[in-house]
Amino acid sequence: MLEDLSLKIDSALKKVRGQGRLTEKNISDTLREIRRVLLDADVNYKVAKDFIESVSAKALGKEVIASITPGQLITKIIYDELTLLLGGSHDEIKLNGSGITSILVVGLQGSGKTTFSAKLAKRLLDNGRKILLVAADVYRPAAIEQLKILGAQINVPVFSIEEKNALKVVSESLIFAKEKNFDTVIVDTAGRLHVDEDMMTEVSGIKKIIDPTESLFVVDSMTGQDAVNSAKAFNEKVNYDGIVLTKLDGDSRGGAALSIRAVVGKPIKFISNGEKLNALESFFPDRLASRILGKGDIISLVEKAQESIGDREVEELEEKLKKNKFDFDDFLKQIKLIKKMGSLSSLLGMIPGLGNQLKNAKIDDNAFIKVEAIINSMTRQERKSPKILNGNRRKRIAKGSGTSIQDVNRLLKQFGEMQKMMSKFSKKGFGDSLANFKFN
Amino acid sequence: MNLFKNFNLDKLKDGLSKTRAKLLNSLNETISGKAFIEEDFLEKLEEILISSDIGFDVADKIINQTRIKLKNEKDRSDTNIIRIVKEKLISIFDSENYTPNEIVNLKMKPYVILIIGVNGVGKTTTIGKLANNIRNSGLEVIVGAADTFRAAASEQLNVWAERAKVKIVQKPGGDPSSVAFEAITIALEEHKDVVIIDTAGRLHNKANLMEELNKIKRVISKKIPNAPHETLLVLDGNTGQNAIMQTEEFSKVTNITGLVVTKLDGTAKGGVIFQICDKLKIPVKYIGVGEGIDDLQNFDPKAFVSAIFEN
Repeated sequence: MLEDLSLKIDSALKKVRGQGRLTEKNISDTLREIRRVLLDADVNYKVAKDFIESVSAKALGKEVIASITPGQLITKIIYDELTLLLGGSHDEIKLNGSGITSILVVGLQGSGKTTFSAKLAKRLLDNGRKILLVAADVYRPAAIEQLKILGAQINVPVFSIEEKNALKVVSESLIFAKEKNFDTVIVDTAGRLHVDEDMMTEVSGIKKIIDPTESLFVVDSMTGQDAVNSAKAFNEKVNYDGIVLTKLDGDSRGGAALSIRAVVGKPIKFISNGEKLNALESFFPDRLASRILGKGDIISLVEKAQESIGDREVEELEEKLKKNKFDFDDFLKQIKLIKKMGSLSSLLGMIPGLGNQLKNAKIDDNAFIKVEAIINSMTRQERKSPKILNGNRRKRIAKGSGTSIQDVNRLLKQFGEMQKMMSKFSKKGFGDSLANFKFN
Repeated sequence: MNLFKNFNLDKLKDGLSKTRAKLLNSLNETISGKAFIEEDFLEKLEEILISSDIGFDVADKIINQTRIKLKNEKDRSDTNIIRIVKEKLISIFDSENYTPNEIVNLKMKPYVILIIGVNGVGKTTTIGKLANNIRNSGLEVIVGAADTFRAAASEQLNVWAERAKVKIVQKPGGDPSSVAFEAITIALEEHKDVVIIDTAGRLHNKANLMEELNKIKRVISKKIPNAPHETLLVLDGNTGQNAIMQTEEFSKVTNITGLVVTKLDGTAKGGVIFQICDKLKIPVKYIGVGEGIDDLQNFDPKAFVSAIFEN
């Protein structure tokens, strides 16, 4: 009751102070800060300016809900608009049901075209398509060799001929693909600067020859202000269908994606992280929006966890936690699950607020190896009831796992602490405690 | 009443507000100690600076410094303002920590150069050009292909080694440290002047890969104390603010002695290096301006700063 009243007074006061609605005055500090955040995230100067101006113009006069400040409200509006802008028409790549599907991959040097081409081939191969990779980078030393090696790793043939003319390579490859009944052709082109006229003419020539089902512009997520210029120039020559964002497993904020999206209006179709050939991810605009605004990627983390851990396994674990029967076998299972989710460092990097602190901390992805070795050296009985682990047993385990007694002791201590923590969790139920977790 | 026939109220208002603005401006200048610059021009200036990837903070700092300097100058023309901005930018490279370009010290033989950087910045291409430059100056060079990870990296370096007419040490599938070790062993045996070691591209936030780099460095210094004598971090000129984090993180595992900024033949300006040079006091030694073997140039602060104001 009292609370209710103070809320009313508060909101009345807000109105008197002009805080009841969004005004130029009460959001100006926040807007300045957001503009700075966008620029620090490598969003293009003009794009950041236009974006903030248009969003705030739309937002002015909006009523502020009692429980939040105008600053918070405009941040939320900007986040939503950013998500909308990054997303828009989110669609997968087009694939023809019959005949040949051709995919053209273009971009600047070192953006990650070749690795992406191989990853895409792997994904489509897993979907049952018959794929031919075409090595059309006739310039960079060993570029063809690189694609051949990657192709061999995923069992996809690579088309290449002794030829210095990329257009010829491409047209020959199409004839070859038809003859050999391939249904999908992925053409990896040479990296080129958008101001190199000869090379840009070449790429538009390649496009004409292939008449691709889908053409993709690959861009390094660490790219700075100039991203708009290269994206525009490539768009003029190739009129690509979508964007592939690479190296997002680094710590760049990826503002270039927003710049490109705003300037050429093409959708982001893939995220290509890492050199492992199965590391091709779908794109989620809300996650990138929060990354650009520096809010971490907790949503990804949760979803990734759900994806890797089957629901049944979660239920089992929850049951055990409730009964306080979490033992070393479960622990081992958990480690395996975490490993399934990807590297520990990439997981931790997604937690908001941790990103910066972690910059200085070294995350050793191999740390689990020791733990696994120690648990594997325990007997069944020891895993079920760690209490029986006396000095002799510990010594034996250390020897068996190639670690030291200190290592074993440390693990036991940590495990004890974890059990305590788990029992706290389990009183509420794992799901509940996650539900109460605030993501922003 | 005809007296005021020609009277134009708007004009008067306009004139008065100009006078008022002038008064306010000079008052502001006295209080803040900074010269007043027209809003439009200020914005233009900010755009030029930030569009070069210089970063919000440095742009802000430079503009402030310019206004302080300008306060004591009569010439308030746009040209003069830009002159001062350029001067301030160049001075970032003029700090005492900035050493000139000569990198090879012949007292140390072989002189060991380690090349590092994230994926796709142009490390291997840079080595090809660097090896060629050094060999052209009459020194004997050997390159070590310690990027044993990326597909065909070693083959790529091999092509460059042939172009530059220098010897290469390769161990396909081998351990990067052992390649570095062998390259140095051969250099010692064959009395080479310079050893350049290529390394695999690695994102700076991957702890295990950074540890691998540290190991390469340790192995090198075991063979030759104080080596590597030079550790060059290669930065892609297209990279934005992330280049700062790259430099900071690589600094933790290696002692970076210089930067190479590549791909500056496009429209990217590479302005992020102002912040890096200012904060971390690491000099830029070379810039890459193309894929040809001669496209590695000494870094010239004046030309670099001028390019920022060119379109």
